Amino acid sequence: MSTLAEPLNDAGKLTKKDFIPPVDVRWCPGCGDYAILNAVQKVFPELGIPRENFVIVSGIGCSSRFPYYMNTYGFHSIHGRASTVATGVKVANPDLSVWVVTGDGDGLSIGGNHLVHVLRRNVDLKILLFNNKIYGLTKGQYSPTSELGKVTKSSPMGSPEAPLSPTALALACGATFVARTVDTNPTHMQEVFKAAADHKGAAFVEIMQNCVIFYDEAWEGVSGRTVRDDKLILLQEGKPLIFGKDRNKGIRLNGLQPEVVTLGENGITEADLLVHHSNNGNSLYTSVLSALQTPDFPMPMGVLRSIQTTTYTDTLVDQQNEAIKSSGKGNLKNLLMGKEYWEVKA
Amino acid sequence: MSSISIEKKLEQLEAVVVRFAGDSGDGMQIVGELFTDSTAILGNDISTFPDFPAEIRAPMGTLPGVSGFQIQFGKRAVLTPGDAPHALVAMNPAALKVNLPELVSKGLLVVNTAAFTPDNLKKAGYTENPLDNPQLTDKYHVVSVDMTSLTRDALADSSLKQSQKVQCKNFFALGFMYWVYSRSLEFTLRWIEKKWANKPEIAEANSRVLKAGYFYGETCESLPVHYSIPQAAVEPGLYRKISGNEAMVLGLAAVTEITKNEIVYGSYPITPASSILEGLSKLKNFPIKTVQAEDEIAAIGVALGASFAGKLGVTGTSGPGVALKTEFIGLGVMTELPLIIINVQRGGPSTGLPTKTEQSDLFQALFGRNGECPVVVLAPCSPSDCFNAVIEAAQISINTKTPVMVLSDGSLANGAEPWRIPNLNTLPIFSDNPITADESYVIYGRDPKTLARRIAYPGTPGHEHRIGGLEKNEKGEVSYDSTNHDTMVRLRAEKVARIAQSLPPTVVHGNPAAKLLIVGWGGTFGAISEAVRESLEAGLPVAAIHLRYLNPLPSDLEEILKRYPKILVPELNLGQLCFVLRGKYLVDAQSYTKIQGKPFTVAELKEKIQEILA
Repeated sequence: MSTLAEPLNDAGKLTKKDFIPPVDVRWCPGCGDYAILNAVQKVFPELGIPRENFVIVSGIGCSSRFPYYMNTYGFHSIHGRASTVATGVKVANPDLSVWVVTGDGDGLSIGGNHLVHVLRRNVDLKILLFNNKIYGLTKGQYSPTSELGKVTKSSPMGSPEAPLSPTALALACGATFVARTVDTNPTHMQEVFKAAADHKGAAFVEIMQNCVIFYDEAWEGVSGRTVRDDKLILLQEGKPLIFGKDRNKGIRLNGLQPEVVTLGENGITEADLLVHHSNNGNSLYTSVLSALQTPDFPMPMGVLRSIQTTTYTDTLVDQQNEAIKSSGKGNLKNLLMGKEYWEVKA
Repeated sequence: MSSISIEKKLEQLEAVVVRFAGDSGDGMQIVGELFTDSTAILGNDISTFPDFPAEIRAPMGTLPGVSGFQIQFGKRAVLTPGDAPHALVAMNPAALKVNLPELVSKGLLVVNTAAFTPDNLKKAGYTENPLDNPQLTDKYHVVSVDMTSLTRDALADSSLKQSQKVQCKNFFALGFMYWVYSRSLEFTLRWIEKKWANKPEIAEANSRVLKAGYFYGETCESLPVHYSIPQAAVEPGLYRKISGNEAMVLGLAAVTEITKNEIVYGSYPITPASSILEGLSKLKNFPIKTVQAEDEIAAIGVALGASFAGKLGVTGTSGPGVALKTEFIGLGVMTELPLIIINVQRGGPSTGLPTKTEQSDLFQALFGRNGECPVVVLAPCSPSDCFNAVIEAAQISINTKTPVMVLSDGSLANGAEPWRIPNLNTLPIFSDNPITADESYVIYGRDPKTLARRIAYPGTPGHEHRIGGLEKNEKGEVSYDSTNHDTMVRLRAEKVARIAQSLPPTVVHGNPAAKLLIVGWGGTFGAISEAVRESLEAGLPVAAIHLRYLNPLPSDLEEILKRYPKILVPELNLGQLCFVLRGKYLVDAQSYTKIQGKPFTVAELKEKIQEILA
């Protein structure tokens, strides 16, 4: 595609245009992926990272065509394995900003194992999981996030499988950054992507995304205009868990169980509600956030968790530095000689 | 220790094969390794074959729990661990039962009588004590020693527990064998001291028992003779002992020095490849990063990702792991990235024989992928040759931008031999030549001669681009165009085929007017070479070539094959290379196969050569 290196615009400051490659985007008209692409193209120029230092790695599926639509370095790899390739990229060159784009089938089914381990290792990758609750590119089979009973081409009498919650899985893996956003809210997406980019360590973002062809209105029941105030709960740092059209509902803990309560009823005030802290290492609060699933609870939106610990690549580099400090740079001649050698004289 | 002095005869031998065998908890591998080290330092040529069960501790005293270590050492060039042992140390009845059939007639048999209890005899399937059978002493030179009691006696005043004392008995056996073959104790005493530096009482006990075994040899009446084996005549230089997997580690370290670039080694533990991961993970002060991945697929994914980012990605495994990595190898071929896959072959199919050797992954290496997916395949021929092979793999992979598979095997990986430490200035010179920001770039543009592409790595401004598993055109754009696909498939195949043009000529050993050409590959080199040498000495018209390059095959191969009326292809599989040669060159090659998890013996190869030429 590129021939001679293209100079950036005069000021050298990146704009959205710098991230749009000269190719046609081939998602279905109306696909939620367009909004996500748009949000990422808006966020990337703001991050202060040179364009050549971005790498986007994907697996297979509709969402995994994403790298082709971003004018950065990109690798469209194989089904489910994007996070392994991305780990290799980051290990090889920790200076790069490495993003993984995956879907509910790619990331949670065929690639579920890799997701678990990349999160537990805290590899400094930004993982965007487009969750449309359906297999789109293979034309309409149920996915690991499809609801129990969901009728699809491969489940004519309804899916016999219970769905998996991507954020609950990520939290259980010990992910240091977990967030959820939705394709219909560009502002919220940009905020979340920026927060993910700023996080040092593995950042996992579930994006509720619509598939117009095989699962239209996939999220209408939670993010539709008429229901979203009651079905989504916007997490705000240090603020109580309040939601509802009239901002009068909240989540409190009854024993070890979260429950929905109405402010003003039975003497309940804001002081009774759980307060959101994304840096809360408390495993009980993690469980509460994991338990907030439809239809019994509103879905939490925003940054569920953001904590700082050592990243995988930092540890690798630290160990190398430590080894060099204690025993000097590796000397090939000495290594080849080994501990025991002998001389045969002429 | 003893004041009795018996004058004993010292005889000189050209070469000897010794086997240590015992329960897998008896420490036979350690004893074998130490005997090897002491022998190497004396200047004998050596070759070893450790043979141990897949279970860490199979039930004690049983036949499946027997662990063995064979070493051949001598004055002349030693290319194999030897066929039948001249001396066998059997630490229990099960070890005797498994190994005695292979001991040469009149060979030295050393047994630990204390282990021949009714219980152990029963576990080994003996109805009566074989040591009581007079035929045993007729057929072999038997030295029956109660090693357990002698070990205890030697440690009478030690503060160790009885059970700990008895554990030292393998050092008694080792000490005794050192006396039999006139090896010095010095290296082993130093090793013991270092190994148990934090447990001086154990170090002291093992040292004492080692010496007790040696002195026992000096004084025992059942063995009036012992042996010396003169130094081998080898090229002057510095030498060390090396196993195949160690050589692989050193070779990769050398690649970082040659290319001035980092290696990222992604691997998942698997027998018999794990020691490469362990070895590389110790080299943290070298530009080498190791990632112990969550599975075989992730391991190669990490390696390929590293190659995409401009470092050299390497993954190591065995056949079952290669099966899992298959799709990623295809991605490496499609995207045209450097990548090294080390396959330390073991017995298959499926889990097969994890600790045993086989050459049965050749078809997998050559053909085991979807689509037209050529992979360069090369095979080292000895433990130390793994060093050269992996460097060569890196050179080809970097120069050609394509995955290269190195086919080692269990016998090379664990077997050891002396290695003349190379001078650093004899290493090949090569490096990647990435596209820089001020050059123009066509993503799948090609060198007209090699057809290799060049790469702009992430971090290079202005050359941001995407690659992937979908077919691309020259500009790197996704293309479903049928003629483009045809062109790209043929280009990738031709690129690999052209590597043959830069390979060295194939060396033919033996009689130029031979009636029979032996064609071998990989780890069978030692056995085939010895068999051919001995056949030539016997006046048989035989010649041999040993293939290092399995894909592409050397360009002079067809002409060589067609020179000989008969072709024999010995392989530790059911005839995979033979199938390829017949298919590719329309020659009437015959297959000679063995699938027992063991290397060829020289004797069986010689017999086959004689049979064909009769």
